[in-house]
Amino acid sequence: MARERLYRLEAIVLKRSDIGEADRLLTLLTPARGKLRVIAKGARKPSSRKSGHVELFTRIALLLAQGKQLDIITQADTLDTRQTLRANLDRIGYAYYLAELVDQFAAEENENLALFELLDHALTWLGDAATNPILLARFFELHLLTHVGYRPQLFVCENCGKPVEPIENYFSITTGGVLDPNCVATQREHIEGRARDAQTLSLNALKALRYLQTRSWDTVRAVRLSAATHAEIETLLYRYIAHHLERNLKSVEFLRELRQPSVMAERESR
Amino acid sequence: MDTTPRAVTRLIEEFHRLPGIGPKTAQRLTFYLLRAPKEQAQALSEALAHLKERITTCAICANIAEENPCAICRDDGRDRSIVCIVEEPLDVLAIERTREYHGLYHVLHGAISPVEGIGPDDLKVDELLQRIKHNPGIMELVLATNPNVEGEATAMYLERLIKPLGIRMTRLARGLPMGGDLEYADEITLTRALEGRREV
Repeated sequence: MARERLYRLEAIVLKRSDIGEADRLLTLLTPARGKLRVIAKGARKPSSRKSGHVELFTRIALLLAQGKQLDIITQADTLDTRQTLRANLDRIGYAYYLAELVDQFAAEENENLALFELLDHALTWLGDAATNPILLARFFELHLLTHVGYRPQLFVCENCGKPVEPIENYFSITTGGVLDPNCVATQREHIEGRARDAQTLSLNALKALRYLQTRSWDTVRAVRLSAATHAEIETLLYRYIAHHLERNLKSVEFLRELRQPSVMAERESR
Repeated sequence: MDTTPRAVTRLIEEFHRLPGIGPKTAQRLTFYLLRAPKEQAQALSEALAHLKERITTCAICANIAEENPCAICRDDGRDRSIVCIVEEPLDVLAIERTREYHGLYHVLHGAISPVEGIGPDDLKVDELLQRIKHNPGIMELVLATNPNVEGEATAMYLERLIKPLGIRMTRLARGLPMGGDLEYADEITLTRALEGRREV
């Protein structure tokens, strides 16, 4: 069925770039059509009726007109401005990271309501001063991977299929899950390269990953991870994501800079 | 066999490399210049040559200029205690047009945008810090980055970096644009407009 010439849409702005004289090219995440790129005509003029509504991370209601290649926004109205989020530099840094993750993993013209809701909720939580943004980032990564079909296997061994014992195990990025020590030790050579990149996974890290992967944010938000456990799952997820995207995420660099007070001090003393 | 003279195809190719110019526009511009008086083509070529030969970056404010330091930084009539921080050289022009600002400038050449991989290191932030350090006469910094997420992030980053040095920092007011319509204003703009309302 052909779409109407004018249609309504709810969306979150993931990315924004300048195009033409005063227009903006927006990358949106929508519930019904996945990732979508549209044009906001004249949005860079101060008197534009759209400019304030098509800011990054906002949830908006749009009226769009079908264009030849990209559709054009005719009306825009803000549903959630993420005001508290935008007043805090660190949280903006994390919002950029979540938006970049979604931009990289979401498919165009592919309905994904769960992903839309995850991002919408995560941006709302991020604006809450009580939220630990680092924990939210890990929670978001695991749930995003589930919604886009790259869920890491944490419960049974990827090789033998037996339930994972509560001991130190292994994790293989290329296999996409946990391998038990027995399989890694006895079959390292035989599992056609599967176990070659296996690295140890501590019991605490495995428990933390499982918890974050299966629980809702309301349960997870109160969790306190030790620095060592967090560092382990952060590195593991970072490498897992980079492996599937076949590239590194740009916003991670900025997050690192924000997280280290030493970087700021060093800059000052230069 | 291509019968178009080499000089013509070369100009078409050069035009085609410019942003927003497609093959047809490139051809039209070339054939327009071919028919135009010689002086016009010469004026264009001179202007292009001077652009790269004569324009330099001001060592103080990082604005584009014909001389170093630039005319604004050399002007004794300007208030040296106040520095306005903008994203682009075009923003300097926009503020100068108001004739309301008499201080100096600092051009960052961009704004923090993690998604495009633009971090503080890609902007003239270190130059700004050095400038503040070597000019104790600077009393106020006006943060005039764009009122969008990138500009706000840049302003907040600079605030975090410079505020401990004890310099007064101000941010351009945000509110309703002239010729705008209240009903189309977004919530953040309206909130800021209410916060900054004035006695009449």
